[in-house]
Amino acid sequence: MGNPFEYAPAPESRAIVDIAPAYGLFIDGKFTDAADGGRLKTVDPATEEVLAEIAVGGEADVDRAVKAARRAFKSWSALPGAERAKYLFRIARLIQEHGRELAVLESIDNGKPIRESRDVDIPLVAAHFFHYAGWADKLAHAGFGRDPKPIGVAGQVIPWNFPLLMLAWKVAPALAGGNTVVLKPAETTPLTALRFAEICVEAGLPDGVLNIVTGAGETGRALIAHPDVDKVAFTGSTAVGKEIARTIAGTRKRVTLELGGKAANIVYDDAAIDSAVDGIVEGIFFNGGQVCCAGSRLLVQESVAEELLASLTRRIKTLRVGDPLDKNTDVGAINSAAQLSRIRELVAAGEAEGAERWSLAGELPGKGFWFPPTVFTGVTQAHRIARDEIFGPVLTVQTFRTPAEAVEKANNSAYGLSAGVWTEKGAKALWTAQRLRAGVVWTNTFNKFDPASPFGGFKESGFGREGGRHGLEAYLDV
Amino acid sequence: MSERLEVLKTYKLYVGGKFPRSESGRVYAVTDSKGRTLANAPRGSRKDARDAVVAARKAFPGWSGATAYNRGQILYRIAEMLEGRREQFATEVAEAEGISRTKALASVDAAVDRWVWYAGWTDKLAQVAGGANPVAGPFANWSTPEPTGVVAVIASQRSSLLGLTSAVAPVIATGNTAVVLAAGASALPALSFAEVLAVSDLPGGVINILTGHPAEIAPTLASHQDVNAIDLTGVAPDAGVASARDLEIAAADNLKRVLRPEAKEPDWSADPGTGRMLAFTEIRTVWHPTGH
Repeated sequence: MGNPFEYAPAPESRAIVDIAPAYGLFIDGKFTDAADGGRLKTVDPATEEVLAEIAVGGEADVDRAVKAARRAFKSWSALPGAERAKYLFRIARLIQEHGRELAVLESIDNGKPIRESRDVDIPLVAAHFFHYAGWADKLAHAGFGRDPKPIGVAGQVIPWNFPLLMLAWKVAPALAGGNTVVLKPAETTPLTALRFAEICVEAGLPDGVLNIVTGAGETGRALIAHPDVDKVAFTGSTAVGKEIARTIAGTRKRVTLELGGKAANIVYDDAAIDSAVDGIVEGIFFNGGQVCCAGSRLLVQESVAEELLASLTRRIKTLRVGDPLDKNTDVGAINSAAQLSRIRELVAAGEAEGAERWSLAGELPGKGFWFPPTVFTGVTQAHRIARDEIFGPVLTVQTFRTPAEAVEKANNSAYGLSAGVWTEKGAKALWTAQRLRAGVVWTNTFNKFDPASPFGGFKESGFGREGGRHGLEAYLDV
Repeated sequence: MSERLEVLKTYKLYVGGKFPRSESGRVYAVTDSKGRTLANAPRGSRKDARDAVVAARKAFPGWSGATAYNRGQILYRIAEMLEGRREQFATEVAEAEGISRTKALASVDAAVDRWVWYAGWTDKLAQVAGGANPVAGPFANWSTPEPTGVVAVIASQRSSLLGLTSAVAPVIATGNTAVVLAAGASALPALSFAEVLAVSDLPGGVINILTGHPAEIAPTLASHQDVNAIDLTGVAPDAGVASARDLEIAAADNLKRVLRPEAKEPDWSADPGTGRMLAFTEIRTVWHPTGH
C-alpha cells in the first residue's frame, strides 16, 4: 500500500494568462522597441521553456524614459494629493481584479508556488497600492513637515524573487509622494511588471508617470547613472548595492538600498517547539529561501537542539517540491540556472569545510532548476555557509547556551536585515529583540509582511525603509 | 404618448442593516426650502433610538476587531457605490437643500472623495497618533488610538450628504459604530444613503440612521448609558433642538466624549484634518517588561 497521504496533482490553469511572443519597453504610455533592437529571453524556470522575448533597454532608451518621467513630473507632482490617491486606488482595485491572472503569471515566470503568489505576493501588492494611495493626500500628516515635496524622477531597480511585490514596494510610495518613475525589472522576471504597465494604462495613469525599461545589469547601471535621475531605489545583492553607492557618490542623488541578509532565527529552550518548527520551515523554505530576509541561520538553545532537529527533519519530509502551478506545492523552482549554480557552489563549500549536510530525498523534475530543502548541522561561525547569503532552500544550524550568546552569534554578521525569536516568555522575546541589530524582528512568527509595517536593514543589508509612514520618507524631499 | 405614473419611494429607517419603519408607526412630511412636501420620512421614536444603540453595540466587537485594512476596503467600497449614484444624489441633495444642481453635484463629489480620504486613514492613524514611548526602565511601551465605542451623531441638518459623510466617516474609520440622527434637510438624502451602505459590505449595525424630531430623539441619545460619545454638530442654535448645553449636561452622566457644535455651520468643503477621528478614540498604552 502506498502513502495514504499522497496527493493527486492539482494544477492551477494557465489559461488565465496570455503571454505575448515579444514585449517592448513601456515608455511615455506606449510600448516601443529598444533603440538598438536588443532582446533577451525569459524562461519558465520549472521547464526551461522560453516564455517571451524581452527588449533590452540601452542608454538611449533609458534616456528616453527618464525624459518622459521628467516631463510627466511637472503635472503629476502638481496634482492634488487626493487626485493622485484616486489613480493609486484604481490601480489597487485593478490588481485585485486581475489577481489570479497575475499570480499564475508570476509563478510561471518566477517558479514560486502558486500557493504563495496567490495568497501572499499578489494580495500584498494590492494592499501596498491601497495603503500608499491613502497616503497621497495625507503627506502633511506623515511627520515630514507641513508641505513635503516629492524628490523628482525615481530610478528603481528590483530583483527577481518577488517581482511584482518589489515593484509595488517601489512604485506605490514613489507615485503617492508625487514622484515619477523609471523602473527596471529583473531580466529573468519581467512579465508581471509589463502586465502592470498595461494595468496602469487601464487605470488612466497619465503618460510618463510610470515607465518600465526591461534589460539586464547594463540597463540598470545606465538608469542609476543617468544624470537626471533624482532618486535611486534598489533591492538586490549587497555587492550591487555597494556598486550603486560608488556610482552615485558625489552627486545629489538620494538613495535607498534593500540588500542581502543572513537572518538568525533564535529558538530558546522555552519556545513552543512545534510552532518554532513551523516558523523555521516558513523562514527558510518560503519562496525556496530566495528571500533576502530568510531565516537562514537557525540558532537553537543546546538543551532542546536534539528534540527540535528531530521534529524539524520530520516536518521537512512532508514538504512537496515540484510544479509551481500545483496548488499542493510547497517549494517551487529555483529562479535561474545562475542562481542554482550559486546555491550548489555554496553547498559544496559547506561540505568541503566540514559541515554535515542533510537534504530531502526524492526525485526532482528532469527539466528546470531545482534544489532540495537542505539542512547543515555541525556549522561554525567561520563556515562560508554561515556567513554568505545562499539565497536558496539551505538552512544552517548552530547552538547556543545563554541569551547573551544567542544575541552575540545572531549579530555576528555583516548583514542586519531581519531576525526571529522563539520563546513563550514575552520579556525574553523583547529583551532579545532590543539587542538584535536587525531592521525587522519577528517574535514567535516569521516572514510576515504588511504594507503598514516598515521593512529594511541595518548594516550591510542597506538603508531606508519600505512600508508604512516610514516608507514615505524615501520619496519625500525631507 | 401617455404619461407614466412615477413609483414613489417609501423612506424607512436603517437599523442593524435592515430598513424598518418606526416602531411608533409615525411619519412626518419633509418639506423643501420653499415649504413644498418632498416625501414622508419615518418619525423615529425614543424606542427606535434605543434599538439603534443596541444594534450599534452588537456590531462594535466585529467592526472594531476587523483589520484596519479591511475597514479601509469597506469605506472605499462605500465611495465606489456612492459614485455610481451621483446623479440620483445630486437630484436629492438639490431638492433637500434648495441649492442648484451644479452645487449639489459638487457636494456629492466632495462626499465621495471624503469617503476615499477616510478609507485611507484606517491603517494610518495609529502611525500618526500612536507610537513607541521611550520610558526610563526595562520595558517596551507603546500607545495606540483605539475606538471609543458607540458614537451618537447628530448630523448637520443643512449639509445633507456631505455633512453626514464628514461626521460619520471619521467615526467608523477608527472602528467605532454609529447611531446617526438626520433631521431637517438631511433626512431624505440620509435615508437614501443608507441604501448605499446596505450594498457596501458594511456589516449591519455599524451605521444606523434615524430620522425624526431632534427634540425627541437627541436627549435620548445624549443620556443613553450605553452610548460612549456624542457628536453635537447638527445642534445649531436655531435648529429647534434642545440646546447643546442641555445635551452636554445629559452626556456627562456617563462621561460621554462630546464633540461640541461650532458657532455656525462648518465649511464642509475644508480639509477635514484628523480632529474628528481623534475626538472618538482612546489612547491605549501597553507596558511589557524586557529581560530574561
